[in-house]
Amino acid sequence: MRFGVVVFPGTWSDCDFHYVISEVIRQPVKYVWHRDRNLADLDCVVLPGGFSYGDYLRAGAVAGKSPVVEALREFVANGGYVLGSCNGFQILCEAGLLPGVLMRNECLQYRCQSTNLLVENVETPFTRGLRAGQVLTMPISHGEGKYYADAPTLAALKARQGIVFRYATVEGQVVKAANPNGSVENIAGVVNETGAVLGLMPHPERAAETAMGGTDGLLLFQSLLGTLVEDGTFLKR
Amino acid sequence: MKLRVLIRLKPGILDVQGAAVQRALAGLGFADLRDLRVGKLIEIDVDAATPGAARQRVDEMCRKLLANTILEDYTIEAIEAERLAPR
Repeated sequence: MRFGVVVFPGTWSDCDFHYVISEVIRQPVKYVWHRDRNLADLDCVVLPGGFSYGDYLRAGAVAGKSPVVEALREFVANGGYVLGSCNGFQILCEAGLLPGVLMRNECLQYRCQSTNLLVENVETPFTRGLRAGQVLTMPISHGEGKYYADAPTLAALKARQGIVFRYATVEGQVVKAANPNGSVENIAGVVNETGAVLGLMPHPERAAETAMGGTDGLLLFQSLLGTLVEDGTFLKR
Repeated sequence: MKLRVLIRLKPGILDVQGAAVQRALAGLGFADLRDLRVGKLIEIDVDAATPGAARQRVDEMCRKLLANTILEDYTIEAIEAERLAPR
């Protein structure tokens, strides 16, 4: 499986993703510059965290209109997978590849902490190796992670099982106290209609080795590898 | 042609930035402060044949990038004549 990790001016999690993909799950990976439109040789594009374009205007707004993100539409239409974490999630929302938007944290603080995530949808390419109701532990690190969508959008999202992760207690209780940023209904991650585009505020790449305090993030990568074996992507290479 | 774009959070959207600024002002003794919301102001100089064409162009800019209409409303106004006059 060939991964591309997109680098914008101001991206900071690109090296972490590159390391996890090349050294932990041992798959081919390359960096993709934000002006690059050619994604034809990739199976999965990762939009990492950081502060693309200094978060000017709105977090992810400028990056959301960049050449590489414009090219993602065709990439997804051709069967590609996209994983956006943190700033990557903000970019996917700003680009309209995912519904909703990320706003400034309700607490007004930058939150860098561990979170527990209740897995709500295990039918996506990124979560098929998980159990519904499973609780994963992954860190967050953001100032603008409050997910918001208006009522009709939220209803449509729920109706199609688009909510993948919610902030929860370690026992899996979705309560206000477990919500680090004021996200509507504790939403931490969503997928698009086809399931091929996942956005989440937590950092799976920072929870991929026991030395880093946990490996729950690795489960997303492993699920995706399983998907690609099953859909024949590996055989086509 | 110079135009000014005002971008505001939609009514009903919680403005945490505005709330923090409001609390700070209250702490400075502005007890009469009833509400405060923070927005953005963008001044744009656009090459256009008519004011209508300029406005249309800026409207397009707002929809494509400057405002996120999930959260924000925007208004476009012409910058006053005195600022348009040559120096």
